[in-house]
Amino acid sequence: MKNDSRAATAARARISVRNLDARFGANRAVRDVSIDFPDGQVTAIIGPSGCGKSTLLRCLNRMHETVPTARVSGEVLLDGRDLYARGVNPIEVRRHIGMVFQRPTPFPTMSIRDNVAAGLRASSRDRPSRRREGEIVEESLRTAGLWDEVHERLKDSATALSGGQQQRLCIARAMATRPSVILLDEPTASLDPLSTQKVEELVHQLRGSVTVIIVTHNMQQAARVSDRTAFMLLGELVETAPTPEMFTTPSDPRTEAYITGRFG
Amino acid sequence: MTARLQATTARRRSLGHRRALSGVMGALMWLAAILATLPLILLLFHLLREGASSIDLAFFTRLPKPVGEAGGGMAHAIVGTLILVGIAGAIGLPVGIGAGLYLAEQRGARLATSVRFLSDVLNGMPSIVMGIFAWHFLVRPVGHFSALAGGIALGAMMIPLVTRATEEMVRIVPTALREAALALGYPHWRTSVSIVLRTALPGIVTAALVAIARIAGETAPLLFTAFGNAWWSVRVDQPIAALPLQIYEYAKSPYDDWHRLAWAAALVLIGLVLIISLLARFVTRSRHGGVGD
Repeated sequence: MKNDSRAATAARARISVRNLDARFGANRAVRDVSIDFPDGQVTAIIGPSGCGKSTLLRCLNRMHETVPTARVSGEVLLDGRDLYARGVNPIEVRRHIGMVFQRPTPFPTMSIRDNVAAGLRASSRDRPSRRREGEIVEESLRTAGLWDEVHERLKDSATALSGGQQQRLCIARAMATRPSVILLDEPTASLDPLSTQKVEELVHQLRGSVTVIIVTHNMQQAARVSDRTAFMLLGELVETAPTPEMFTTPSDPRTEAYITGRFG
Repeated sequence: MTARLQATTARRRSLGHRRALSGVMGALMWLAAILATLPLILLLFHLLREGASSIDLAFFTRLPKPVGEAGGGMAHAIVGTLILVGIAGAIGLPVGIGAGLYLAEQRGARLATSVRFLSDVLNGMPSIVMGIFAWHFLVRPVGHFSALAGGIALGAMMIPLVTRATEEMVRIVPTALREAALALGYPHWRTSVSIVLRTALPGIVTAALVAIARIAGETAPLLFTAFGNAWWSVRVDQPIAALPLQIYEYAKSPYDDWHRLAWAAALVLIGLVLIISLLARFVTRSRHGGVGD
């Protein structure tokens, strides 16, 4: 019975997290979190600094464990398959779940084109032909709304771009491998308002085709871009709800206190 | 009113004082900068004055002539130095870069701490000791001096230099870049090689050049290993000539024309180091950009 109900949830959810604990040494950064991320929707994770939202995000593509002393327990189901099961290769996981970080991270030694193609070249197996690669690069840059700005200088160094362009380049790079899920870790924290707006528009466009999970400090941003919002506090998931509901009638007093600006 | 006036005067006085201090400090720094480059300028000037006149085509193409005979050159020593530096580089660069990458990636590991410490000890080892060591293990058992022994002694001297420099360069590559590569599904080793090492490469090349320049001029480790050779030889199992050895040999001789040749050899040695630097810089620059794998 219990298994059936779990399967039913997993069908609607692209990623389901079950009783997840994440630690750095003795510090328990994520405490017994269970949450579903619905397929094709944008879910925002909000909460004050140090509440564990980034750590939770990094558990979803097994990046958390790249930090020494980091430990994870619990389950993360991608399409019903536990990413932490024995025999699952974290490298494979990361190829299916894209990630963009707080600061733009273009590879400084690579051209714009090579940056976008970097994920495609991560493995020597099933590497696309040079022509196909070029097509994917164009598609990804168009998706990221960057093609018109850079198509004449694809061979230039990626570091020549502005911060906002670099961040959209990183999104294009993450999208090039066609992940089913994309994780955005405060993607606009280091950007100016105009670049922020462009990234937010991009998130809007991705809705439907990709499952987006965005960690943000900025509640207005969560309200603007997400379908669902999750609120975390001190490592615990306080509540998850459709975004309009979350910001108008939160069920937990702590959520209400946070979104009305009483702390954080 | 008076108080305000006083305050203004005080500020003015302190501004004048600060300007004067700034001027003095600026001058001192300027002086220090000049003094820092002065030895090099004097050295180059002196080398050019003493050595340039002895350098001609024969210097690069001929073997030495006996004392008193005009002409002759140091072709064998130039080639010998290139061979020795080549052997040293073939040993020192891969081992040093590999070890440096290991130290940077496994920062806290107990083995890394020991390797780092031993590498520093090795770095401080007097070069003559390295020569005796190489003689004991590479020359004595074989029974004769050889270019290989000299190259290995120089290579061993290069290892700690390259190791620590590589470690420093790899460490300054932001963790964010490493994470970005891992998040794209790069395996750990591939992240280390094609992202981290690649990003640190210009710095590592510079460090490698400094190391090559350092060992190209080493004399002490070669005294008991490569030994020197008055004749043409490119065999690695035989004694081989080298510019520093030749300089040493000629400089301590009582003959004026040999002294002049020693100056010329010194000038050529410096020129050689300069050419190696320029060449390697050119190579890394033309590689820049299109490397994705």
